Amino acid sequence: MTATHPIGSDDVEAGRLAVLEVAREQVLDRGVGLDEAQLLEVLRLPDDALPELLEIAHDVRMRWCGPEVEVEGIVSLKTGGCPEDCHFCSQSGLFSSPVRAAWLDIASLVQAATQTAATGASEFCIVAAVRGPDERLMAQMREGVAAIRAAVDINVAASLGMLTHDQVDDLADMGVHRYNHNLETSRSYFPQVVTTHTWEERWDTLTMVREAGMEVCCGGIVGMGETLAQRAEFAAQLAELAPHEVPLNFLNPRPGTPFGDEPVMPATDALRTIAAFRLALPRTILRYAGGREITLGDLGTRDGLLGGINAVIVGNYLTTLGRPATDDLALLAELSMPVKALNSTL
Amino acid sequence: MTDPATPWCARCGEDRASGDHVACDSALALEPPRYCVRCRRRMVVQVVPTGWTARCSEHGEQHGDNAVDPVAL
Repeated sequence: MTATHPIGSDDVEAGRLAVLEVAREQVLDRGVGLDEAQLLEVLRLPDDALPELLEIAHDVRMRWCGPEVEVEGIVSLKTGGCPEDCHFCSQSGLFSSPVRAAWLDIASLVQAATQTAATGASEFCIVAAVRGPDERLMAQMREGVAAIRAAVDINVAASLGMLTHDQVDDLADMGVHRYNHNLETSRSYFPQVVTTHTWEERWDTLTMVREAGMEVCCGGIVGMGETLAQRAEFAAQLAELAPHEVPLNFLNPRPGTPFGDEPVMPATDALRTIAAFRLALPRTILRYAGGREITLGDLGTRDGLLGGINAVIVGNYLTTLGRPATDDLALLAELSMPVKALNSTL
Repeated sequence: MTDPATPWCARCGEDRASGDHVACDSALALEPPRYCVRCRRRMVVQVVPTGWTARCSEHGEQHGDNAVDPVAL
């Protein structure tokens, strides 16, 4: 009979925690992001390893990104009535959501940009709930971006869905410096989230944006029912894309949507996810986006900023409300995290 | 007790006198109203970084600021 060494719980625990040592050597010391398998190990770490994980993620952010925090405001230029079926979104015209279609006029758009700039933000993102822009929306963008640039000193970004080559070029010509188009989730889980277009179509738009010289902003939403393996897959796919910025949303279940009854993600899972994304993307702007208030609350917001996050959306979101900008700015001051100045982003 | 002048829930649009709207009231700390509390019409809502407006075609426009602190409610 051959003697075997049984794998005990201590061995399993040691194996799990070993990934933290790997993170220190590989990500913190050398700036090389963790791969998908390593990220899955991170996402499976026990709760009692969370403080150490967040500390490493914070050290990675400070070493490879620095202490500055990029502040952004977002606004919906065209709300609701979207023909797509993104299952998390209250703006789809295919669900019985209470959100009604609305357009923001140019004067209100400029006012929103001015108010955002007054917070010290360097970024202002104009968003439209569409599959892709039509000529009416492109005309609104042309007029709106020009009016903002004439009135306010702030970088203008846009998020208008899938683009054609000509539209990418038009937006770049308008002076849109960054384009947001989220992959939303992993390639393997995407068909459970959206059926009216493909993950690959989104990837194609992102490729065109990069080729046109605009900065690529691409993230997604966690807590939509994906497995931890799919969450690790998503982080690895974002690392492959290598966007300038990754906005990280936590599902805020919206009434009337297919994901309206999903539970809110536990705060510990959200913090592990923040740290994992930082360890996948050591040099990327990792932005707190929607859902953080209900998922993490005030204390979690602080923990995330000390666990890999280096950018925030301040104020309200597209259809829901956020913390007052003053609360976030006060927290950044308390944490000695300077707001990135506009001139350092140009 | 439900105010007879405002019988409808601003979040779900249902009758406030029937059912529990505690979760709706809590959610409204981080959401603008979607239904007119006077007539139940769905409102046209515009959210901007520093506030929101909600317009009922019958009862006019309401305004609000950012979210209040839900912990303080």
